[in-house]
Amino acid sequence: MIHAKDINERTPWQELTPGGEIYEPGTARLFNTGTWRTDTPVFHEEACKHCMLCIPFCPDSAIPVKDGKRLDFDYMHCKGCGICKEVCPFPAITMVSGGEAR
Amino acid sequence: MSGPLSGNEAVAYAMKQINPDVMGAFPITPSTEIPEYFAQFVADGEVNTEYVVVESEHSSMSVCIAAQAAGARAVCATSSCGLALMYELLYVAASSRLPITLACVNRALSGPININHDYSDSMGARDSGWIQIYAENNQEAYDNFIMAMPIGETPEIRLPVMACMDGFITSHAVENIDLLETDVVREFVGEYDPEHYLLKKENPLAVGPYDLSPFYMEHKVLEAEAMKAAKARILEVAAEFEKISGRHYGLFEEYRMEDAELALVLMGSTAGTAKAAVDKLREDGVKAGLIKVRVFRPFPGEELARALAATKAVAVMDKSEGFSANGGPLFAETRSALYDLKNRPYLIDIVYGLGGRDITVQGFETIFARLAQITATGETGPVYVHMGQRSKED
Amino acid sequence: MASNDMVEIRWHGRGGQGAKMACMLLADVAGLQGKFVQGFPEYGPERMGAPITAFNRISEKRCNIHSFIYEPDYVAVVDETLLDSIDVTAGLKADGSIIINTPVAPEEMRPRLRGWTGKICTIDARRISEEILGSNRPNTPMLAAVVKVSGVLETERFLTDIEESFKHKFANKPQLIEGNMTTLKKSIEEVQVG
Repeated sequence: MIHAKDINERTPWQELTPGGEIYEPGTARLFNTGTWRTDTPVFHEEACKHCMLCIPFCPDSAIPVKDGKRLDFDYMHCKGCGICKEVCPFPAITMVSGGEAR
Repeated sequence: MSGPLSGNEAVAYAMKQINPDVMGAFPITPSTEIPEYFAQFVADGEVNTEYVVVESEHSSMSVCIAAQAAGARAVCATSSCGLALMYELLYVAASSRLPITLACVNRALSGPININHDYSDSMGARDSGWIQIYAENNQEAYDNFIMAMPIGETPEIRLPVMACMDGFITSHAVENIDLLETDVVREFVGEYDPEHYLLKKENPLAVGPYDLSPFYMEHKVLEAEAMKAAKARILEVAAEFEKISGRHYGLFEEYRMEDAELALVLMGSTAGTAKAAVDKLREDGVKAGLIKVRVFRPFPGEELARALAATKAVAVMDKSEGFSANGGPLFAETRSALYDLKNRPYLIDIVYGLGGRDITVQGFETIFARLAQITATGETGPVYVHMGQRSKED
Repeated sequence: MASNDMVEIRWHGRGGQGAKMACMLLADVAGLQGKFVQGFPEYGPERMGAPITAFNRISEKRCNIHSFIYEPDYVAVVDETLLDSIDVTAGLKADGSIIINTPVAPEEMRPRLRGWTGKICTIDARRISEEILGSNRPNTPMLAAVVKVSGVLETERFLTDIEESFKHKFANKPQLIEGNMTTLKKSIEEVQVG
C-alpha cells in the first residue's frame, strides 16, 4: 500500500495511487502550512484561563488541548491568521510580525 | 436455456443473474425497460440489489459512483440525453477508477429531439475514460454485459464499462438468444472484491481528492495506461467467456476478410445487414469483407491496421456526425490507425443512419460498388459523405 | 431482401391497438418452436392512435439483417382506417397476401388497395374481440389470422404454444387466458381467404 508520507512532488506516476486515492485519514497533518505565516501568534500561558474560546475559532486546528488545558500553538499548521487573538478575552495571545515561531 | 428476448430484456436478465449490489435507476427511452424489468426482479425478491430511484441521470450516476466507492458493485442504464446529463459524472467515475457498469442503449442525442438509434450519445462520451463495447444484437448485448465486470474490475484496469446496444433496433427487437445458467454467470462474474473502499473500517479511504498540477498529469497517465492495458484484459475475458458460452469475441469481428480487397469498417446492428451484402457480393466473385468494431475504447488501432493492410479500398461507416467537418469519429480513429501502414488502402467515410434512418442490404451493395470504382480508377472522389438523406441531386 | 426460406411480415397498426404486441408474440411463439425470429417495431410519434409499423422475420436460419422490411411476404393491417393514409401494400410480394381487420369480404376491399392484384384476406377482428373479450382488442384475432394465412407456424401447435406463453404472461390474470384462446380459435375459423 502506498502511504501519503511517501508521496511528494518528485514521485513518478508509477508510484502514485489510482485516481489519487488516499488510504489513510488525517493526511493534512503531514502538510506543513506553517511556512505560509507572515504574522505569528504568541501564547502567554500566565494570562490564559483555559476558557477554550480560541479552540473552535482556529481554522487550522492548530491549538492543541490536553487534559482540559490548551497548549502552545502547533506552529507547523498555524497560518498566523490572528483570529485566536481577536476572540481571546484575556491578554493571553499577542501577534508579532514575521513567520518565525517564538 | 434459450428463447426469444428483446435486447433490453436480455440485459435486465443479465443484471438479474449478476445480482449487483446497487442500481441507480432513472428512465429514458429506449433504455427505460431495463430499470423497469429490474424493478420487477427487485420487487419479486429475485435479487437483493439496493434499487435507488433518483430524480435525474446526474443523480443515478452519482449513486453509482458513491456505491462503487463504498465497495459495492453498481449498475445503471441510460440513453441519449440521459447520458449527456451524466457527463460530468462519467469523468468522475473513470478518473476515480470506479468500475461501474452502464448499459448504454444508444439513441440520437438532441436536437432536434429524436428517440431512434445512432451513436451520437456514446460517441460524445468517447473521451471520458470509459471502456466502450458495442453489440450487434441482443445476444452480444447480453454477453458484453456479463463480460463488463470481469474487465472493468480487474485491479490493473479499474475503469467503468459502457456496454452499448442499438436503441430500438436491438433494445426493442425480439430475437433468439442463448442465456447462460445463473450459477455459471455468477461464477464467471465473481464477487467484487476491491482492495480499498470507503466502508473498509480498518483502512479509511479518501476518494476524489483535489488534484494539483504536480500530480494531475501523473494520475492521467495512470488512467491512460489502464485503458491501454484493458485491451489485453478484454481479450482474456473473452477467451474465458468462450469457455462457458462457446461464443467467440475479439476487439473486432472480421467477416470474410481473409482475402478481402473491398472492406467496410462499422459498428453495431448494421453489421448484420452489411454481412448479407458481403455474402451476396462474394457469390458474384467480389472480394468483399467487413470489420465490425466491437471495442471502441480502448481503440484497437494496431490490430485494425493489420486487418486492413491487404485491402485496396475501405469505407468507414459512421453512425454519428462528429461535426469535425473532416469525417466522423470512427473514421478519424481508423484513418489514424492506418497511417503507419506502408501501403494504405483508399479510405472514405460514409455518415449514415442518423436518428434511426434505415440502411438496407442494397444500400451496402451501392457502397461496395463505389469502392470497386475507386479501386478501378484510383480516384477516391469525395472522402467524407453522407448517405440516405433526401437531396435535390436524387 | 429475404432468402427463399424466410418469411417476412409487416404489421400496420395504431399506437395502443397492440400491433407491436402481436408481432412480439408471434416472434416469441415461433422462437419457442425452434425457428430463428425477429420481431421489432418502428416507432414514430409515441402516441395513442399514431400509425406504427412492426416487423417479423421468421426463418430456419439465423437472420442478421437488421433493416426494416420493404418487400414483405405478408402485410397485416390491424386498423382498416390506415388504408386511407398509408400505402400498406407497398413492396408486398405479388404472391404474398394482405390480411385486413374489417367486417367486409376480401374482394370488397380491393378498390381501397391502390391497384393491389394479389391475395386479400379479411377478418372481423374488432367484432370477435368485442364479443369474446368484451372490448376492441383486434391484435389477438389478427395474430391468429396471420398465422393461419401465412402458414408460418402450424396452427394446432401455435395454439398449444401460445397458451403456454399466455400462462406466463397472464400469470396474475389467469381469467384472460381462456378468452384470448377462444378469440384466437374463432379467428382461425373465421378468417376469409380471398
